[in-house]
Amino acid sequence: MLPTPSQTVGPFYGYALPFPQGGEIAPAGHDASAITVHGRVLDGAGDPVPDALLEIWQPAPDGSREGASGSLRRDQTTGGYLGRDGVTFTGFGRVATDPDGRYSFRTLPPGGVPYLSVCVFARGLLHHLFTRIYLPGFDPESDPLLATLEPERRSTLIAEPAAERVYRFDVHLQGERETVFLEFR
Amino acid sequence: MTIPTQQDISLEIAERAGASRDAGQTTHHPARDYAPYRSSLLRHPKQPLVNVQDPEAVELSGPVFGLADVTALDADLTRQHVGEPLGERITVTGRVLDRDGRPVRGQLVEIWQANASGRYAHQRDQHPAPLDPHFSGVGRGLTDDEGRYRFTTIKPGAYPWRNHTNAWRPAHIHFSLFGSAFTQRLITQMYFPGDPLFAYDPILQSVTDPAARNRLVAAYEHDLSVPEWSLGYRWDIVLDGPAATWIEEGR
Repeated sequence: MLPTPSQTVGPFYGYALPFPQGGEIAPAGHDASAITVHGRVLDGAGDPVPDALLEIWQPAPDGSREGASGSLRRDQTTGGYLGRDGVTFTGFGRVATDPDGRYSFRTLPPGGVPYLSVCVFARGLLHHLFTRIYLPGFDPESDPLLATLEPERRSTLIAEPAAERVYRFDVHLQGERETVFLEFR
Repeated sequence: MTIPTQQDISLEIAERAGASRDAGQTTHHPARDYAPYRSSLLRHPKQPLVNVQDPEAVELSGPVFGLADVTALDADLTRQHVGEPLGERITVTGRVLDRDGRPVRGQLVEIWQANASGRYAHQRDQHPAPLDPHFSGVGRGLTDDEGRYRFTTIKPGAYPWRNHTNAWRPAHIHFSLFGSAFTQRLITQMYFPGDPLFAYDPILQSVTDPAARNRLVAAYEHDLSVPEWSLGYRWDIVLDGPAATWIEEGR
């Protein structure tokens, strides 16, 4: 069957798609192992993109890719949000950028692979973009994707250590440091 | 930079449509570098996408959602406030399928839209049309075992935007969809049949293949209309992209 075409997320998704604790993928009680990833989304002029939406999908620390429901638990009484249950690792997160183009999320290290999968949406982007945030500390040659990339391009996919268990990853939609974006066919 | 006129934009739209015809290759999705939509200029990559052929790629699996992630009222956008929203009440239903025609089961469908006057309940929407205190314009639901979703809402209005002088978006409902794999993720817009604004809109026209563009337009279906209550539209959605395996349970 022929696919339904993509259309831009537009500028007004803010009251519909983001949800409380969208970036709190790490359940409570994992403070010692949780990591924080943060950065900015920038356009071809180097200006911040204040209306981008990032989604994260990743395996659990034990390598499971089953995921779990409960990322955006709803309050069945009020119709508001309950927040995550504090126990379940769903593997899914969603964060919008702020007026400076900044985002951050807190999660647990992915099991079995050195990367987090990212889907980028924004006003001006007619079709979402996939990329990956690789966490440093592994051999890039051992990764089937990174091994195929020139070192300069490869480096756009690897987060930089910013502090203890904190990593920085900027998304450049265009320009000299343009992030490597992916397709799956 | 001078602000383009509708004539300028229409000319560019026609050029891109012609170039796409001449290329003789059907593309289902919009090109990310589609200049008639001015916001795309600095927000599309210039390097080609890198094709990932790793059968172990994490993206071949995807997030799951469940009953806790929706409430029963989420799919009825006309009942989220004390009073009834203004406008033409409609029901929108259809199936979410993968490219092999298999239903996407138990997955999250999210929608958002402007109210009947063409105004979003968003602080940055400056269109001087009235807000409706009884309409937020946000809904969600899970697909059933046949991949079916169903929303009750009101027909959104057209609204102006600042891509060019006298730019108006045709009425549309934004849809966000998940498949069984992250690769199948889709955000798109559903349009209403016969809208006179189609030809003028660079966002819809960014889908240069006419048949593909038609797949963004719902069908009015009289049998879906509820007597003395609402008009019915059908819109089926086919998600693109590969998945690792077909998992019967829990999807």
